[in-house]
Amino acid sequence: MKRTEPFDFYQPATLAEASRLLKDNGPGGRFLAGGTDLVIAMKEKGLLPKYIVDLKRLPGLNSIRVNGDGSLGIGALTTMYTIETSPVVKQKYPFLAQSAAEVGSIQIRNRATVGGNMANATPSADVAPSLIALNATAKIASAGGERTMPMEDFFRGPGQNAMDADEILTEITIPKTGPQLVGEYIKFSPRDMMDLAYIGVSVAYDFAGDKKCSGVRIVLGAVAPTPIRARNSEALLEGKILTEELAAQVGDEAARESKPISDVRSSADYRRAMVGVMTKRAILNAAVGPAKSWVDRRDRRY
Amino acid sequence: MNKQIQFTLNGARVGRDVPNHRLLLDLLRDEIGVTGTKEGCGTGDCGACTVFLNGKPVNSCLILSAELDGVDIVTIEGLKIGPELHPIQKAFIQDGGAQCGYCTPGMLMMSKALLDENLNPTEEEIRYALSGNLCRCTGYAKIIQAVQDAAAMLRK
Repeated sequence: MKRTEPFDFYQPATLAEASRLLKDNGPGGRFLAGGTDLVIAMKEKGLLPKYIVDLKRLPGLNSIRVNGDGSLGIGALTTMYTIETSPVVKQKYPFLAQSAAEVGSIQIRNRATVGGNMANATPSADVAPSLIALNATAKIASAGGERTMPMEDFFRGPGQNAMDADEILTEITIPKTGPQLVGEYIKFSPRDMMDLAYIGVSVAYDFAGDKKCSGVRIVLGAVAPTPIRARNSEALLEGKILTEELAAQVGDEAARESKPISDVRSSADYRRAMVGVMTKRAILNAAVGPAKSWVDRRDRRY
Repeated sequence: MNKQIQFTLNGARVGRDVPNHRLLLDLLRDEIGVTGTKEGCGTGDCGACTVFLNGKPVNSCLILSAELDGVDIVTIEGLKIGPELHPIQKAFIQDGGAQCGYCTPGMLMMSKALLDENLNPTEEEIRYALSGNLCRCTGYAKIIQAVQDAAAMLRK
């Protein structure tokens, strides 16, 4: 495997300093979080940053906390493994923990951060559909100040996010949810682990005692230049009593809303057909409750 | 384009002036001469380069030396307890959990990470923990057996 080329390296202690480094040094710089995308891009794809700004020494960005208003703040430097194993995430949003667990290996998840994964904006990123399904917002900081934006608007295309070069994603905030929230993420890929998604489907909705679904969010990954909401499919399920037949209809609609491409991993037609099947199963699985183990998670996709 | 770093390696203090872009894997193998850690794919897929960074298993092929100031690194050389092999190493030898041996350092480190948290892993849990470690001899059955036997030794 090829080695990386030399570059300048900074480890700022404050956000403002990190942002200014990008502004002052100009093009050719990259922020570094876990490095599991950046270092691979440098080794495998010939990316040659002039300088790297390591964000890992910035304080206070690597924890998960429940805020006073019931929202959940996930610091951008929180690792995928921390999200996967976090008691509060597992209890409140088991399908988000499950999404994080689908990324790479434990070794990768001990380095890969949620902020880095979102900023890289890979269309197949596993946690993106679930964060959008949870109405999460991105907190973005620079030396000039701070702004927030829905995660739904954060992605602009493969590898493209909505931030300026000197802006840093600092936190992902999930607004308060009710006790009736259910959800499921299905990663559909040829291998059980260590693979990229052919397609990803995340579904979240409030499921009342009368089996009525409300606040429906259906988000598709890897079938468009960015993760996308399947809004017509959401509307079909909204306010309705869940049946297998209805879930199948919603799945068919999601397949129509997806815009997959054909590539080495899968054909567009196959991806579209699987969006239909996996959306149906995600809706039905969500109503049953979280998977008990990775084997259960795998088997109930089929 | 160099950086002065200090870190602990298998319990000993190390101070180095390293090029920023030197990978942890290469720093260990080529500069420090600790060669138990192997390079397989170089892209974080095979787990042969697994070491512990601040107590957590990571792929050393994806970490830049410039990131290492102040960290604690443990490699396969740091697994044994004094002069004695670690029970996980003994179990791999006893059960034939190594064939060509190239994946073995990574397998041992990842098994240690699992058994540090769970001394009664099911086969499912072992497969999950080792999913980022490839054995191209395909000796998985004996590797899983070895982890189960190591767990039994450690429970005593």
